[in-house]
Amino acid sequence: MSTGSQHISWSIVFRIAWRNLWRNHRRSLIMLSAIALGLWGMIWMTALMRGMVDQMIDSSIKTLSGHIQIHAPGYLDDPSIEYLLPPLDESPALQSLLGSDDVVAWSQRIRVPAVIRSERDVFAVTLVGIDPAKEKGLSFIGDSVTEGDYLTSVDDKKLLVGKKLLERLETKLNRRVVLMSQDPENNIAERGFRIGGMFDTDLEATETGYVFAGLETVRKMLKMGPGVSEISLLSHDYRELDPLLEKTRAAIPDADVKTWIEQDPYMGSMLAVMDGFVLVWFAVIFLALSFGLVNTLLMAVFERTREIGLVQALGMKSTNILYMVLIESIIMLMIGLAAGNILSWLTILPLKDGIDVSSVAAGMELAGMSSTLLPAVKLYDVVLANLLVLVLGIAASLFPAWRASRKVPIEAITRVWQ
Amino acid sequence: MTIEITNAVKCRGVSKVFSQGELAVHALTDIDLDIAAGEFVCLSGSSGSGKTTLLNMIGGLDVATAGEITVAGKRLDKMPMSELADLRLQHIGFVFQAYNLIPVLSARENVEFVMQLQGIEADQRRVNAMEILQQVGLTGMEDRRPAELSGGQQQRVAVARAIVSKPALILADEPTANLDSENSDKLMTLMRELNSQIGTTFIISTHDEGVMAFAKRLIRLHDGRIVSDEAI
Repeated sequence: MSTGSQHISWSIVFRIAWRNLWRNHRRSLIMLSAIALGLWGMIWMTALMRGMVDQMIDSSIKTLSGHIQIHAPGYLDDPSIEYLLPPLDESPALQSLLGSDDVVAWSQRIRVPAVIRSERDVFAVTLVGIDPAKEKGLSFIGDSVTEGDYLTSVDDKKLLVGKKLLERLETKLNRRVVLMSQDPENNIAERGFRIGGMFDTDLEATETGYVFAGLETVRKMLKMGPGVSEISLLSHDYRELDPLLEKTRAAIPDADVKTWIEQDPYMGSMLAVMDGFVLVWFAVIFLALSFGLVNTLLMAVFERTREIGLVQALGMKSTNILYMVLIESIIMLMIGLAAGNILSWLTILPLKDGIDVSSVAAGMELAGMSSTLLPAVKLYDVVLANLLVLVLGIAASLFPAWRASRKVPIEAITRVWQ
Repeated sequence: MTIEITNAVKCRGVSKVFSQGELAVHALTDIDLDIAAGEFVCLSGSSGSGKTTLLNMIGGLDVATAGEITVAGKRLDKMPMSELADLRLQHIGFVFQAYNLIPVLSARENVEFVMQLQGIEADQRRVNAMEILQQVGLTGMEDRRPAELSGGQQQRVAVARAIVSKPALILADEPTANLDSENSDKLMTLMRELNSQIGTTFIISTHDEGVMAFAKRLIRLHDGRIVSDEAI
């Protein structure tokens, strides 16, 4: 007879746990479905929220913000022609920075308030003079002209107008409009433009708020010197801007240099709120899930009281019984998680082109979102959801497992023996 | 091989009182008992006489209210739960009245269960299990789950599991209660053979006269006290 002390017999513990899991098919399947749907809910909802936030940020950044903007001091309080940045030639340090690998794209703009007038109506807009080649990949205007032609150079004399503004002005492509603003001497500066292109964006406010012309054309219209209203630049990652921000401030110390979050604190706080909301959402789903898990395992332990007593009588130690229940729980969690991940993948993949939410798009536009929601699945969120369910699921299983391991053999066996 | 123990079981002044609300039920009162290694003992008595309680105490499944119990030379009241589990695993085989087997394991796996806990290699376990199942007449039924076996076959698997690792002591509580007389006789014959051939100590509780006929020593209990103890 062997006289060594008992070791943990993983194969028997695993075998019993696995087979126990399938003794009550219906209950196990319900629990597996709950885990799978819980994970699916976590991933799906998070993907939607991330998608919304990404769209809001992308929309904010592409609506002329860029990651970092440089203005003359005072411009942000009074965005008029009075506050201009000096020409780039006078800032070799800035020129050198803009040409470095830290900067993905950049552009200079003249940006002033103006009034646009058609034969039928008049609207207040922001006139933006751009370098069309540099705007591509930096702001929305480079990719949004859907009818007519994009600007070809800084001297291009065409005007780009948003689709909605065209409708409001009751005019169309190739017709003339008049733009009116102020020159540096506070005199009226006006010029006639032919509408050369129409841009179409997800946001109505953008389509009605901006009109674009060549940088030098606007400069001539406003009788300006060589300065610009702003320089916008794009970095590699919108969350890691501090190093570039420091370099930019060092390169042009007298200017007002701000990140997109500083310019749009609402958007910055939205990011933090969304991150917190994801965790709260995970916690709520998991809480509901954990009750089911604990209940299922407690029921299983209760039903097997006699068997637990039997294996204890045969010499199985409490730790082995604890592992047996825990492994059963872990197997259930792993299968549920696998099913949840597959379900998430199967339901999110067909929506890679977005979900049409045009019926509520008017409301969503206020938050800077388009009428098409693009779910954004982040590896971090998927891993976090899986880990959360697994780790907290195991933690929730500890109580039933502990209850099973603490059973006194006689109390379990008594049901049988007497 | 079995461990040689002069006194397989020793009880001194063992009492057990169960509390049911304010009522105290004296299940066992002042039991003094010595069972030598290799004995084949039957505990008899009517329901409630204390047979099962005494077996529970000797098996380390329950704790005496008073007195000392020594099994395999070890005082049970001094041992923590984990050591009691080890003692049961290494020295004691159990055959219960019913629900003897782990339902999710096959007959062979049930027989291998104790050996697996003891850390015996898989090949050796399999050989031992098949051999013992053959001895109890269950060849060809190794892969059946308990639900696919009759009551008699289940009891034989339980006996096979109890004896396969050749423990020094086997405790059987009404092992034939669910069996017909033919199967009952076969089971008792098997246990007597093991007792004679290997020297395993058997303590069997029963109120079946047919089972008592197999005993070498018969201890009668009544209201928690030993009323007679005679060699047969």
